[in-house]
Amino acid sequence: MAPPGPRSGDAIFASVERVNAELFTLTYGATVRQLLTDLEEVEEVNKQLDQMGYNIGIRLIDEFLAKSNVSRCIDFKETADVIAKVGFKMFLGINATVTNWDADGTCCNIILEDNPLADFVELPDTCQGLYYCNILSGVIRGALEMVSMKTEVTWLRDVLRGDDAYELQVKLLKQVPEEYPYKDDE
Amino acid sequence: MAAICSLYIINKSGGLIYYKDYGSGGRMDTNDSLRVASLWHSMHAISQQLSPTTGCYGIELLEADTFDLHCFQSLTGTKFFVVCEPGTQQMESLLKVIYELYTDYVLKNPFYEMEMPIRCELFDINLSQVVQKDRVVLLGR
Repeated sequence: MAPPGPRSGDAIFASVERVNAELFTLTYGATVRQLLTDLEEVEEVNKQLDQMGYNIGIRLIDEFLAKSNVSRCIDFKETADVIAKVGFKMFLGINATVTNWDADGTCCNIILEDNPLADFVELPDTCQGLYYCNILSGVIRGALEMVSMKTEVTWLRDVLRGDDAYELQVKLLKQVPEEYPYKDDE
Repeated sequence: MAAICSLYIINKSGGLIYYKDYGSGGRMDTNDSLRVASLWHSMHAISQQLSPTTGCYGIELLEADTFDLHCFQSLTGTKFFVVCEPGTQQMESLLKVIYELYTDYVLKNPFYEMEMPIRCELFDINLSQVVQKDRVVLLGR
């Protein structure tokens, strides 16, 4: 029996168990509210959301690999494409596009066409510095770290802050070799 | 008929995080299973370096007179391997199913600490169902 090939984001999204989108959105909203109450500083909340995302990402990556059947990516370009086309579709049901590659292929932008996390959100004046969806950038960072890519993920555009789209910048800092850190006699 | 003798899961640093045996043969004690796991981890690593082909990711199948050993390594470095009777079929897909169970019932358990030994009852239950049925193809996937 030949091994099954990679599955499309749509196919996986259709086959996994899902929760009600509003329940998801409202739960996330409640979490962010609670963090704001607990930590008081908007900056701290951004950090905490990123850390929570990271903790999710380092576990989520295995589910992604197990269910999507994707194989090893050749380069970072392919990785970014897989995240946008399969990853976002599979977990959030949304489409994303990759744009704006830099010359050496280590930095790109991912534009989200929709963002279910922020469906009912309006940022009040007191929270202007808040990256409401910062958990997403943490997830990507955590997931890529587990497949030996150190990245930096930042928000470039955020509809909640008055921009016209959600746009993330993913920058590859370092590709950690997968081999064991054994130094043969050099 | 116990086609599968035992199952091991090794974390990316070579520590045994799960061991279960299904055979009727002699049970291995904890120390021995730890030893087998770290031995396999090292052999797997060595095989990558010794391989004459480039882009080799380690041993997938070891065939011996009295057993077969099938190994699957996820891209995150976790290794799953089963020891089974020679010629047992569909072990690759069984390992894939076990990997999915691991992501569902181990990694999604918020109280499971990454890289630590797996003590998750739901994982045990689902795993034994999959293994005992031993007809992975009929799972409707």
